[in-house]
Amino acid sequence: MAERVAGPEIERLIQLLAKLPGLGPRSARRAALHLIRKREELLGPLANAMQVAKDRILTCSACGNVDTRDPCTVCADPRRDPAMLVVVETVADLWALERAAALRARYHVLGGTLSPLDGVGPKDINLDSLVSRVAEGEIAEIILAVNATVDGQTTAHYITDILSHLNVKITRLAHGVPVGGELDYLDEGTLSAAIRQRTDF
Amino acid sequence: MEWRDEGLIIGIRRHGESAAIVEVMTRDHGRHLGMVRGGRSQRMQPVLQPGNSVACVWRARIEEQMGTLTVEPIRTRAAAIMGSGLALQGVNLLGALLRLLPERDPLPALFETAEIIASHLDDPAMGPALMVRLELAVLSELGFGLDLTECAASGVKDDLIYVSPKSGRAVCRAAGEPWRDRLLPLPDFLAATRLEAGASHADVLAGFALTGFFLERDVFGPRGVKPPEARRAFIAELQRLGSGQSLESLSGIPLGVTA
Repeated sequence: MAERVAGPEIERLIQLLAKLPGLGPRSARRAALHLIRKREELLGPLANAMQVAKDRILTCSACGNVDTRDPCTVCADPRRDPAMLVVVETVADLWALERAAALRARYHVLGGTLSPLDGVGPKDINLDSLVSRVAEGEIAEIILAVNATVDGQTTAHYITDILSHLNVKITRLAHGVPVGGELDYLDEGTLSAAIRQRTDF
Repeated sequence: MEWRDEGLIIGIRRHGESAAIVEVMTRDHGRHLGMVRGGRSQRMQPVLQPGNSVACVWRARIEEQMGTLTVEPIRTRAAAIMGSGLALQGVNLLGALLRLLPERDPLPALFETAEIIASHLDDPAMGPALMVRLELAVLSELGFGLDLTECAASGVKDDLIYVSPKSGRAVCRAAGEPWRDRLLPLPDFLAATRLEAGASHADVLAGFALTGFFLERDVFGPRGVKPPEARRAFIAELQRLGSGQSLESLSGIPLGVTA
């Protein structure tokens, strides 16, 4: 077994860094050394930023987004169309759609998808709050921006089902050829979905 | 250890940041798990979806290990499945039923049946009736098969319209008449002598009621588990399709299994 080369505090820092996505033990060690080398300009501000984040970050009670205020910046933005609601699986998806800046709508973060294999049922994701929001009557269209996976689409169908008694238009993202995609490299399923959902040109 | 086989993907779980643990129903090696390195890459994610058929190579140092799988697509059905609520619930139910079977137990006939079902999941005229047959086949594999070949009371092979909830054997109209309130209805398309019969919407629902009774009593109940949510959702989706819709004849389908 390799001998320890640093004290328990540094070992602890390395262990915690190794839990971050994309970092293994070796890269965590490099990151720790980098932070230690840049103690004043990086380690201190990072520690402070993380402390502030820990103390102040909240989950928006309306949409499930994370922010430092509740309701979150997105929900509180008066320029967004209150009649349009985009349903996403995770906060990362919400951020991705915001980066695309394709629409000025409000969001609802499910916090996952229905997954029979993992035992995730309707009570385990934010579906009750979605129904309550839609039942308030302000929303005219729901865009189901869930992943094009079997679990994602099962969730989309379930949502369509539980909202069927409410007078709201439900749409979903198109499936097909990605920008920059070459047909030769696409799987047959995506190609057939693209053909089925072709649009006038 | 290494083998090559054809498999139907029935489940995927994330493993770490880039790998996936994939559950496949294979032709000669039964239901099998394996880790697919890079299984969450953009290239592999469309392939690793339930309902797709893949060519698998499984490798492990010793047989007891989960091992690693490398997969190549053979038939990608996921996109078609995602277009239909019935197919989506169907692929979840297919996985849940196959998951009742022991791991690594070769069941080539069930594999064939599962393959046919996967190809017809988005077809309401065939998929649901085939699913009922799969449930019968799963019951049979687990040792609780129904005997639908002849009447338990009289031995006749015709006019079988009931199933005894006690013995799981078919009962003919005449012999079952005095106890008809206690017997389960046997839809025509499941009676051994009427395999060529078409399956109406009501027949398929009666089929699910029949298999549901025995699955609950002999499989889910003793295991202390609830019936899979996918089963309820699949039947609900089927009911939504409407009782007015007639399902086409099932004759000529190479099922690979019979009741």
